[in-house]
Amino acid sequence: MTNNELIWRIAGGSGDGIASTSQNFAKALMRSGLDVFTHRHYPSRIRGGHTYTEIRASAEPVKSRGDGYNFLLALGDSFARNPKEGSVYGNEEIKPLSENLDELHEGGVIIYDSGLLDASEIDDFDARVEENNWHVYDIDLRTMAREQGREVMRNTAGVGATCALAGIELEWIEELMTDAMPEKILEPNLEILHNAYNKVLDEYDVDEHDVKVPEGSHDEEQVLLSGSDAIAYGSLDEGCRFIAGYPMTPWTEVFTILCQNLPKVGGISEQVEDEIAAAALAIGASHAGVKAMSGSSGGGFALMSEPLGLAEMTETPVVLIEAMRAGPCTGMPTKPEQGDLEHVLYTSQGDSHRVVFAPGTVAEAYTQTRRAFEIAYEYQIPSIILYDQKLGGELVSVPASVLDEEPNPSLGSTLTEAELADAPHDETGKYSRFQHDVEDGVSPRSIPGQKGGRFLATGNEHTPEGHIEESPANRVAQMNRRLQKKEAIRADLAAQSESHQTYHGPDEATYGLMTYGSSQGTVEEAVDMLTDEGYSVKSLGVSDMAPYPVDEVSEFIESVDEVLVVEMNATAQFRGLTQKELGQYGEKLSSLLKYNGNPFEPLDITEGFKTKIVEDGELSGPETKFVPAAGD
Amino acid sequence: MSAFSAIGEGQEIDQNEYTPGLEPQATWCPGCGDFGVLKALKGASAELGLSPEEILLTTGIGCSGKLNSYFDSYGFHTIHGRSLPVARAAKLANPGLEVIAAGGDGDGYGIGGNHFMHTARENHDMTYIVFNNEIFGLTKGQTSPTSPKGHKSKTQPHGNAKEPLRPLSLSLTSGASYIARTAAVNPNQAKEIIIEAMEHDGFAHIDFLTQCPTWNKDARQYVPYIDVNESDDYDFDKTDRRSAAEMMAETEDALHEGKVLTGRFYVDENRPSYGQEKRAIGEMPEQPLAERYFDDSYEWERSADLFLDKHK
Ligand SMILES: Cc1ncc(C[n+]2csc(CCOP(=O)(O)OP(=O)(O)O)c2C)c(N)n1
Ligand code: SF4
Ligand SMILES: [Mg+2]
Repeated sequence: MTNNELIWRIAGGSGDGIASTSQNFAKALMRSGLDVFTHRHYPSRIRGGHTYTEIRASAEPVKSRGDGYNFLLALGDSFARNPKEGSVYGNEEIKPLSENLDELHEGGVIIYDSGLLDASEIDDFDARVEENNWHVYDIDLRTMAREQGREVMRNTAGVGATCALAGIELEWIEELMTDAMPEKILEPNLEILHNAYNKVLDEYDVDEHDVKVPEGSHDEEQVLLSGSDAIAYGSLDEGCRFIAGYPMTPWTEVFTILCQNLPKVGGISEQVEDEIAAAALAIGASHAGVKAMSGSSGGGFALMSEPLGLAEMTETPVVLIEAMRAGPCTGMPTKPEQGDLEHVLYTSQGDSHRVVFAPGTVAEAYTQTRRAFEIAYEYQIPSIILYDQKLGGELVSVPASVLDEEPNPSLGSTLTEAELADAPHDETGKYSRFQHDVEDGVSPRSIPGQKGGRFLATGNEHTPEGHIEESPANRVAQMNRRLQKKEAIRADLAAQSESHQTYHGPDEATYGLMTYGSSQGTVEEAVDMLTDEGYSVKSLGVSDMAPYPVDEVSEFIESVDEVLVVEMNATAQFRGLTQKELGQYGEKLSSLLKYNGNPFEPLDITEGFKTKIVEDGELSGPETKFVPAAGD
Repeated sequence: MSAFSAIGEGQEIDQNEYTPGLEPQATWCPGCGDFGVLKALKGASAELGLSPEEILLTTGIGCSGKLNSYFDSYGFHTIHGRSLPVARAAKLANPGLEVIAAGGDGDGYGIGGNHFMHTARENHDMTYIVFNNEIFGLTKGQTSPTSPKGHKSKTQPHGNAKEPLRPLSLSLTSGASYIARTAAVNPNQAKEIIIEAMEHDGFAHIDFLTQCPTWNKDARQYVPYIDVNESDDYDFDKTDRRSAAEMMAETEDALHEGKVLTGRFYVDENRPSYGQEKRAIGEMPEQPLAERYFDDSYEWERSADLFLDKHK
């Protein structure tokens, strides 16, 4: 087991306050000077059902969930105890303690609430404890909480016990509880925290195990942010003041954050009847001169397919957010997957095209969301941020300076009334909104209400003034102009001082790992582990899905002998895109896939790499799948 | 100073100003009722002194959707059934615009029916004109949501087994605050009703009977028509929801018995529009949002200043 990090898992029932407790705990560790990374697992229901959050904290940067965990706080699942629903819940009651118990590291610590859980229900519990040298503390957290206040406060008792055992100073927790809790419940909670802490110190020898919180310090102030927060704040800082949406997990998080914050900055949020309307509203608001967005998850995004084409054809800027979850169809609503890449790239009829970014980290989610708006409005094209439940829900410590940026409310390529007076019009006074020959294919737009700017926006093929027309010459001129924007954006992205692609590991290496979007951090951890073990390997995390960064990726592939492409889906969509865009290297690219509802852990990747790339072995289980390179 | 100086000028304007130079002659079939809508809309806009550049006319897809090509203003010819969500967002973004949405009966009551219900329910301050020809015109005459029971078409060769949708009643239950029916053969009434609808502060729905001589041969030309507000045979209170509901039901039944009843069926002047409701709860700015993007002195908010503290 690792001594330099704490991987604390808090497990209980959905609705038992696991989310808020773990968030406070993560923030306390961050404030104490550690880097933190949280991984959430929850079922698709409101109350009841087993849920857990893992918080990984280290003095070193943490980029991924860990491999397993070394500290378990198993709370009871209060909703599993409803006698009337016994048949529904089955063996759910013991799950906080039993589920994935094998992933607890050797020498790890277990605290469980003996007021609610009975370890004897777990097969061979004592033998397994002995075999793995686990340290078990059965503490009646429930009674402790009840005596002071209410049973739900047993989370706090569990945190108090954790602090005593892991050597965490209580002041970090106290400070946070004081910030986060209303007066009324603060007092009893503080009482419970201290009682639990002291009781453990009194009754146990806390040094019989060595799972202790590491010590660390930050050079600069940190904030605890999720990918959803970052996308929302990136949108606001880019001057987005209009959102329309319809709830769907996991996109709902971004939608909710913006619904709550937009009124505070004089913006407008709209929950509407369906996703077709949502996308159409964003287009309408943008057309009328407001920076606007919408979004959804796979199923809702499918409904946006036709409006998306309308935005492309009318060259109305819009940003759409697509939060992937495991499909097909309703799939597994609360489980992450990266299976909507092709859906997002290719949906909508005709030779349609758009910009798609898949950020790899919380910080990238902020910067790339901003870039998505910038490009959408500059080039009058829909931009899409493609992410997933994993990135959206992960709370990560990020330097506060990442968001310390100036706002950019520019509407992009639009004209003022003064500029319109000198702009080209047809003989009847209509503004030539869609001129044939313009730089980068971008013809500036006017906004309804502006004098001298009237034109027709239409999804039909149209002349420069927007008049519907099907003549071959106009058709080709307009098609070529619209398609030209894609190359202009590709060049624009390549000219940026910082690429969206993320390189990790040594400059020179024999092997490469490649991935897209949110699996990036886990791949980088795998590179570090493999490097420590003596392998020659580096990685590339790609964010630009469209336009695809052909040069950068070609160079990376050229620089190594073989590449293992890692992605969270069953059909290797990202590898497929790469081969399509590059038109070669099929014999160099093999795939490691995971689509069981859980994100990759670093060990999944190191194992895949070692058994399949370095040797010709077998994977240890069905959690991941290997697909060889063409011709292999 | 407004960045949108076409808005709110108020001017003397000839209705020919709305005739586009490029395709001045609409290419609907001879005798098509759609001409009547165009004429009434031009007349109403001129009478209200609206500049073509303060009007945003959004349409769906259909013969009716061609309205944008023949009416010169800012226009957004959207996709089938989606003129309403585009229109209502534009109105929220810039409330100064005179927003009109238009489309066919298939477009508005069929594929876009969900948007119709919800836009009415929310009472957006806009005008919605449905070209009701009881048929899918553009796609060559298939049965539409308002086609009468028994109506034969290529897709319902044995006659429509479905009862037609009741557009006025649906509008009322959904929440529209101004509901009228007019007919292409009655240009003066049509113009007056469009003027009232545009002046109304809320969602004004006009079910506009537009004969399709090409595909709906067994339909009447919607003559003779009776104005229920003027005829002595009808006595109802258009400001009373229950009374209006009865009159609507009677009107919808009568149409398929060969009697064309038109007029204002429901008018609620007291209900606040959606924009007013949203402003009242602090969810919409007092100044048009679109103006802000042209205001160089506006200090744009930063997430780092407003929202980061709670993440520290
Ligand atoms: C999503 C979609 N489905 C189908 C069509 C084909 N389509 C175009 S117009 C139309 C029906 C038009 O009927 P209506 O709305 O009553 O308009 P009208 O032509 O009668 O004015 C259909 C089915 C389309 N354009 N888009
Ligand atoms: S097909 Fe019917 S609705 Fe369409 S233009 Fe001709 S007459 Fe009018
Ligand atoms: Mg029709």
